[in-house]
Amino acid sequence: MISTIVFILLAISGTVFFLYNAKKVHRNIFLGKQVNVSGNTSARLNTMLRVAFGQSKMATRPVPFILHLFVYVGFVLINIEVLEMVFDGVFNTHRAFFILGSFYNFLIGFFEILAFLVTFGCAVFLIRRNVVHVKRLVMKELSGWPKMDANIILCSEIVLMSALFLMNAADQTLQVKYNDHYQHCGSFPISHFIAPFLSGLSVGKLIFIERSCWWLHIFGIFGFLNYLPYSKHFHILLAFPNTYLSNLNPKGKFTNLDSVTDVVKPNFDPGYQPVTDPNKPERFGAKDVFDLNWKQLLDAYTCTECGRCTSSCPQNMTGKVLSPRKIMMDTRDRLVEVGKNIDKNKGTFVDDGKSLLGDYITNEEIWACNTCNACVQECPVNIDPLSIITDMRRYLVMEQSSAPNELNGMFSNMENNGAPWQFSPADRANWVNEAS
Amino acid sequence: MNDTIHVKTMAEFTASGETPEILFWVGCSGSFDDRAKKITRAIVRILNHVNIKFAILGMEESCTGDPAKRAGNEFLFQMQAMQNITTLNNYNIKKIVTGCPHCFNTIKNEYPQLGGQYEVIHHTQLVQELINEGKLKVQGGEFKGKKIVYHDPCYLGRANDVYEAPRDVIKSLDVDLAEMKRSKAKGLCCGAGGAQMFKEAEKGTKEVNVERAEEALAENPDVIAVACPFCNTMMTDGVKHFNKEEHTKVLDIAELVVKANNL
Repeated sequence: MISTIVFILLAISGTVFFLYNAKKVHRNIFLGKQVNVSGNTSARLNTMLRVAFGQSKMATRPVPFILHLFVYVGFVLINIEVLEMVFDGVFNTHRAFFILGSFYNFLIGFFEILAFLVTFGCAVFLIRRNVVHVKRLVMKELSGWPKMDANIILCSEIVLMSALFLMNAADQTLQVKYNDHYQHCGSFPISHFIAPFLSGLSVGKLIFIERSCWWLHIFGIFGFLNYLPYSKHFHILLAFPNTYLSNLNPKGKFTNLDSVTDVVKPNFDPGYQPVTDPNKPERFGAKDVFDLNWKQLLDAYTCTECGRCTSSCPQNMTGKVLSPRKIMMDTRDRLVEVGKNIDKNKGTFVDDGKSLLGDYITNEEIWACNTCNACVQECPVNIDPLSIITDMRRYLVMEQSSAPNELNGMFSNMENNGAPWQFSPADRANWVNEAS
Repeated sequence: MNDTIHVKTMAEFTASGETPEILFWVGCSGSFDDRAKKITRAIVRILNHVNIKFAILGMEESCTGDPAKRAGNEFLFQMQAMQNITTLNNYNIKKIVTGCPHCFNTIKNEYPQLGGQYEVIHHTQLVQELINEGKLKVQGGEFKGKKIVYHDPCYLGRANDVYEAPRDVIKSLDVDLAEMKRSKAKGLCCGAGGAQMFKEAEKGTKEVNVERAEEALAENPDVIAVACPFCNTMMTDGVKHFNKEEHTKVLDIAELVVKANNL
């Protein structure tokens, strides 16, 4: 009875605390500017099903794809078993879903195999990070907390799965020794290898092990859920909305700045009606998280720091300081800092004299980009680091006039000669009469 | 090879009361860069060969604004764009072929919102259409059986998902088309995009074009085929970096077609 009450209190507080933090994340994301993502529902659903649910963009790298698939499928399906654990917790039953009969036995066996694959996947992932040192998993932007975060996630999953195996091992031993409560059910293709080690234990000790593992798993699940908002692991939830909200345009199409059109267009079309509010002048481009749109901020929370973007970046692979992953990590870190500022100051942001561009991201990173879209192409959850880089270039050029000198030269050539080089427009068709 | 090419400007077409089938957008590189001008003339030779009525804007053409847009100068980009859109709309242009993937991307994707709606194709797409429709008959000529690798320009490939048209044209030349380790959607940039063409690279350990040329040369090709004047510059410099210019040529797909068929 007490355990039932403890369980219910845990479930409620675990859920409430998660929702409380999720709401803060939601608030932070919507500190960003409005962006129109309406329409195209079927194309959006299709993208989400293909990219997030179907993991389509993972497949280009087969080894991590297979391992991640184990963990992903295992994590999703084993949660069905957690439903039963919750039911048992509330009603003090033992394996209540056994009413499904032999299908239940199949399911439990299947879950054990999945749990084994999850454990295997996580173990290999730990080795890739900490022993083999796969390059994109040990880059300098991951030192400190991001590295710790990754290892916490992988170890937690291994602990959760181990608890499941040990619980099942004790359970099947109890089914033989004490089947008053522990009715005979389930199939245990993995944990029956552990069971012989427990056979000498008393019923009391076995119940203690079985209950401890049950509680560990339940605490683990709620703990993990509440860890998500603080962690890169939030991708397991945000990958779905983020891919749904993917940019459906060709990747080469950069956003149009309406505020600029409102200034330029009247010179060409005197009847043009401005679309932006002249009383609320917006900053050109982005200096801080407030200047980005909320999809860009959702991107930042969705990033799980896998580094496929950075490993495919031509500038990064040739030793330049730019790393698209770092752009996303910096954006999230700054946004979290802004969020804490708002919490501390009763709901309003008090200027802290800092900004995303300058305190987190340097001009050197921004100017190194080739705008080649390799990072956008690579991202398994359709994050767009390039749009943030472009917005920061716009800020540097149009608000700060601080483009590199050579680019300023290119701009003035274009203004004066209609070409990025210093050639006379009168010579534009000279090629017609030159030898091939 | 007949050295004469026939080119008329839009102004000339209008003066004679005629309308061209298509406008050839030459681009700044194709107009001013000595190497790229050869590509421009190759494209014209193909157009002349199939008797397409095409026009250029000539002195009325101005930069699309692409490098300004990629560099963050939205004001300058929109000024250029609207000036060009005014010219194009005054001539009532419907269809445009470009010699450069950057012009292609900008006019196709970024002009519509500013009032410029045209059907835009890249010259490799036009050549492929001409071959498919039987209007252009090609053979391998001097390239028959030669090993060719194709370098995807970012603004044709990833930016606009055009991967097959350039390859189909190359294949029609009866060559051995090889793929680099990173190709198509995974293709590596030549290093010029994002206005990098116009500035020094940031501090690093290697130039991007050297990295890409190294990858292309690893296939030991006779020709590195490109479809962008900027890629052409970067790959040519990259090949020179490895002193391989005697062995491996860097040629635009239009040049391959022209050379193979003596157009």
